[in-house]
Amino acid sequence: MRSITKTFPGVVANDKIDFVVEKGEIHGLLGENGAGKTVLMNILYGLYKPDDGKIVVDGKEVDIDSPRAALDLGIGMVHQHFMVVPSLTVMENIVLGREPKKNGILLDTEKALRDVKDFCDRYRLEVDLKAPMLSLPVGVQQRVEILKALYRGANILILDEPTSVLTPQEVQELFKAVQALKQQGKTVVFISHKLREVLAICDRITVLRRGRVVETVEAAETSLSELARMMVGREIHFMFDKKQPENQRVVLKVENVEAVDDRGLPALKDIGFDVRSSEILGIAGVEGNGQTELVEALAGVRKVTAGRILLNDNDVTKASSGKRIQLGASTVPEDRHKRGLIMDFSVMENIILGSHDQPPFAKGLIRTNIKEVLSDAEKLMDSLHLGSRVRINIREVLSGAKMLVASLILGSRGKPTSAKGFVRLDIKQASDYARRLIEEFSIKTPDKDTPAQHLSGGTQQRVVLAREFSRNPKLIIASQPTRGLDIGATEYVRGKLVEMRNHGCAVLLISADLDEIWVLSDRIAVIYEGRIVAVKDPKKTNESELGLLMAGGKSD
Amino acid sequence: MANLTELKRKVSLKVGGLLRRLLRELKASVPKAVPQIIAILLAFVVGAITLLLTGYSPLEAYGAMLTGAFGDTFGIGQTFTQATPIIFTALAFLFAYKCGLFNIGAEGQFLIGAFTAALVGISFGGLPFFIHIPLALIAGALGGAAWGFIPAVLKAQRGAHEVITTMMLSYVALYLTSYMVNYPFKAPGMVAQTVLIFPSAELPRILQPTQLSASIFLAVLLAVLTQYTLCRTTIGYEVRAIGLNPSAAESGGISIKKGMIMALTISGAIAGLGGAGEVLGTHRRFIESFSPGYGWDGLAVALVGGLHPVGILLASVLFGALRSGGMTMTRVTHVPYDIGSILQALVILFVAAPMLIRYLLKRGGIKWWNS
Amino acid sequence: MVELVEIINVGLFAATLRMATPIAYGALGGIFSERAGVVNIGLEGMMLTGAFTGVVASQRSGSAWFGVLAAIAVGGLLGLLHGVITVRFAGNQIVSGTGINIFALGFTGYMSSAVWGSRGGSTGDVPGLSAISIPLLKDIPIIGGIIGEHTPLVYLMIIITVVSYIALFKTPFGLRIRAVGERPDAADTAGINVYKTKYLCVIISGMLAGLAGAFLSLGHLNLFAWGMTDGRGFIALAAMIFGKWMPFGALGASVMFGFADALQMRLQGLEELRILPPQIFIAIPYILTVAVLAGVVGRAIPPSNYKPYVKE
Repeated sequence: MRSITKTFPGVVANDKIDFVVEKGEIHGLLGENGAGKTVLMNILYGLYKPDDGKIVVDGKEVDIDSPRAALDLGIGMVHQHFMVVPSLTVMENIVLGREPKKNGILLDTEKALRDVKDFCDRYRLEVDLKAPMLSLPVGVQQRVEILKALYRGANILILDEPTSVLTPQEVQELFKAVQALKQQGKTVVFISHKLREVLAICDRITVLRRGRVVETVEAAETSLSELARMMVGREIHFMFDKKQPENQRVVLKVENVEAVDDRGLPALKDIGFDVRSSEILGIAGVEGNGQTELVEALAGVRKVTAGRILLNDNDVTKASSGKRIQLGASTVPEDRHKRGLIMDFSVMENIILGSHDQPPFAKGLIRTNIKEVLSDAEKLMDSLHLGSRVRINIREVLSGAKMLVASLILGSRGKPTSAKGFVRLDIKQASDYARRLIEEFSIKTPDKDTPAQHLSGGTQQRVVLAREFSRNPKLIIASQPTRGLDIGATEYVRGKLVEMRNHGCAVLLISADLDEIWVLSDRIAVIYEGRIVAVKDPKKTNESELGLLMAGGKSD
Repeated sequence: MANLTELKRKVSLKVGGLLRRLLRELKASVPKAVPQIIAILLAFVVGAITLLLTGYSPLEAYGAMLTGAFGDTFGIGQTFTQATPIIFTALAFLFAYKCGLFNIGAEGQFLIGAFTAALVGISFGGLPFFIHIPLALIAGALGGAAWGFIPAVLKAQRGAHEVITTMMLSYVALYLTSYMVNYPFKAPGMVAQTVLIFPSAELPRILQPTQLSASIFLAVLLAVLTQYTLCRTTIGYEVRAIGLNPSAAESGGISIKKGMIMALTISGAIAGLGGAGEVLGTHRRFIESFSPGYGWDGLAVALVGGLHPVGILLASVLFGALRSGGMTMTRVTHVPYDIGSILQALVILFVAAPMLIRYLLKRGGIKWWNS
Repeated sequence: MVELVEIINVGLFAATLRMATPIAYGALGGIFSERAGVVNIGLEGMMLTGAFTGVVASQRSGSAWFGVLAAIAVGGLLGLLHGVITVRFAGNQIVSGTGINIFALGFTGYMSSAVWGSRGGSTGDVPGLSAISIPLLKDIPIIGGIIGEHTPLVYLMIIITVVSYIALFKTPFGLRIRAVGERPDAADTAGINVYKTKYLCVIISGMLAGLAGAFLSLGHLNLFAWGMTDGRGFIALAAMIFGKWMPFGALGASVMFGFADALQMRLQGLEELRILPPQIFIAIPYILTVAVLAGVVGRAIPPSNYKPYVKE
């Protein structure tokens, strides 16, 4: 690929990139999130068209305008987010697009099975061909993806961040498979941001930074620190100043909790742990072991089928998300597009989300709880009584009546939040609050009324943080808080988490980035298949022990 | 007196400020209205082609429509009379849409509301008008609300697609009211209708000799209220949040189920109010099949109006004109009345795909600035 | 006293099959479309236009079968329109479908006036489809009476149901449809032309809806009446959901709705029940639809996602 350039609105993703891969080698494409690796490979695979530059395959210049064209040239890709159709079987997924036919119209299932089995044997990749995709674990799904590419005659295989969803053991198996591919004469491009792995498996490595090529080196002639330097451009050291905690209490207690995932399969099995004030508990684990479901269960958007969740001794197991926010729980969700922000809402509207139906942002007919209602009613009674002798304070009577009517209309369960009631939004209060937070958190936005989708990823995350942290929470649940963010934004987020911890907050950190867990946590818990299998002191453990635990092994 | 002048100054300042804001918003929304305007123009062009192909003259037809709709007092009165119920149904569709729900059963909610209002109107003879009218209106709103509540609950609790349930309930409403007005509540005589409502329940006519009644004021008021509710109240905030991103709304403590139920129920109430307005103002009784499909017009108007109350008000006048002008057109030129429905449908189809408009503009070589 | 056998007899079940046919066609069309990821609310409009076209074409040409073909063609055209709006221009599927429905009502009314002078419907003779009897089948006691003698379109409906099942689950074509509907991005990377597949499916659904309409008008009434589909397009959608987007399931559901329809007509005609207003009976199928959606469905998860697929 020569002088490839590709621009997206506001961002130059690839800037005159020269990328050369030799036949039969394993070539690593290394760079941080957002460096442009995936974009470059998507161009190679025909999903994007480059603005400039040319591609030469086997000496011939080509124009790749679709995945089909790429496949015709022998280029196959295994994406980071698998392109599998869940309800079809493994075999159906593999032959999709190149189905063998019987009598010209029907699907020749037997031939398909035979052909695919052939490939499985040849490349030593074991899969149950008749199983439906959605029942398979992630590592196996990835094998299916590789088989898919091979079945289509790929000679060049692009693997995009293949290890982000694998346990350390599965990574080793993947490496063996990649070596087998090389022995069969295939060429592999290994995209990753994981230095160690790229150095371990690749023959040559090209480092990208901010859309440009930094250098292409032989793996044997470089080192981890050199690669890190190339990737980032400076030494990274984030050391955070952690105060010694005093008077620690248990803020969050999770006991024997069980829950199912979207498919109805058990995701959390008898999980239990606690988080104390002024501490960061990091939960380490490979994605797909129940982390997402755990966060959802704690936030109140996923039902818990057994067990208890206690927040400052309040049983919130069955409480709504609104109630939990009231009680001091704040969540930084792992997908800010899905759960974090409403993209079409303005910054201000997003900032008040969760507190929008409470004073000071809501005024007018305000719901109060039953005790207050009763006392207001009593006051009302009193004022009427007095009215016969003393001049009636009309305003008082009216407000009392308003309170009564409001709670009559709106129900009497005493919860101070609800969707019912035509409660006015106090725009002025909301605006002031928003402006204050924009300044405090250095949110880069033209103004408070800008829709959230116009902001950059890092800025969007700041909005989420601003909202969640400014509520003075007692508990922060941070799920993959730095995913997709550049170095600067990442540092900021981590700094803020430590800051909240130092102020007494209990922080539950869930991250697939082991380095992040390492740097931030006071205690590290490992989650595996929906259970906490160990809780360790970071000073007393190491990465291989954690890796083993993350894969379900037992440590001594 | 010092106090009075102070008060006057404050009031005029406030009003001035409001007017200025209104003008600013109108100016800002004009460029946004371009796709809708083009959609209307395109619809008329395609309509003209249809007319030509079937042997009619578009100029004659459109001309007759125009004079019929705006030519004289009677025409104008008819136009606005026809526009009024459409405003209600359009607002109803809009409110549900903001929550991500497609209420295409506004017609049924409209009918039920009309009937319940009629019921109150023909009973309670001795009430003074300032009780009777609000009572009848509330009855209409409640009737429509109930008819919106059913599919709302079904959607929230059972996931039943509201498009089908509201549509089916529309048919049920049609037959239910038809039954009511052919049997238990039938007035003596040949026509399937109720007796006249008591004068105390009548909404006053405001433009003699037409049927235009005060219900149009109610409609405009409701448009303002709807906008206010959506933008300035917590329930509006929650409805919009659910419509834009249910997952994030849920994480923010909003109950999606309750929100959806509220949205559809309120939507039904608005439509029901529309029906009440028609009964109390225009017809003064419930007549079988009195609605020529106001529910459907509402949908078109909501879309053409760019899903904004101001746009809805303007678009409803357009559709009201189509209806009243259409009657004149058919009488004078013998062009089938249905051309109005065709135009309406074409507008919907063109509005459904904004990218289509952009594409056509590019083809036509016209630059269109991004809204 | 009414003899139960006057109501529940062979005739009722034969009528059930007849009433079920348009709904089944519609439901099958809906299945193809939705499995490919396009919601087709416009089935009602496509049916109605098909009914109209069938009658006009039949009258003009003197051949009912030509009318049927014309109806299928027009239905397909409307399907194409829906496809263009939703697939090519990423328009809102529900709005587009509703637009088609309103268009159909207006258009058929307008053209009715243009062709026959009255928007109410057709005038004059219309060649219709005649029933055929299957020799051996007809003679089987009871069952023969139910399925032995029908318009060919009824039998075709059963055939198409079987064909649909085979197509969807036993051919590469069906495999691709399901992939496109569920994960268009995965299908795209597999080299499948997502747009073409969606177009094809939505056109098929239009054609089947047109066929349903043709059956409605030419199948036994031999006329066109404005608005004669009366919501059947929506009932077809309910049948599709009830049948869990599977051809045989949809057929079963359609039979159920057909039964309600047939029963309603018989009950209306009964002397004893004449005290009850006709509206109650007519409303039965609609209430049943709501009940079905409320009760059975629970959380019916459609087999695909409906977001328009926009390639980079």
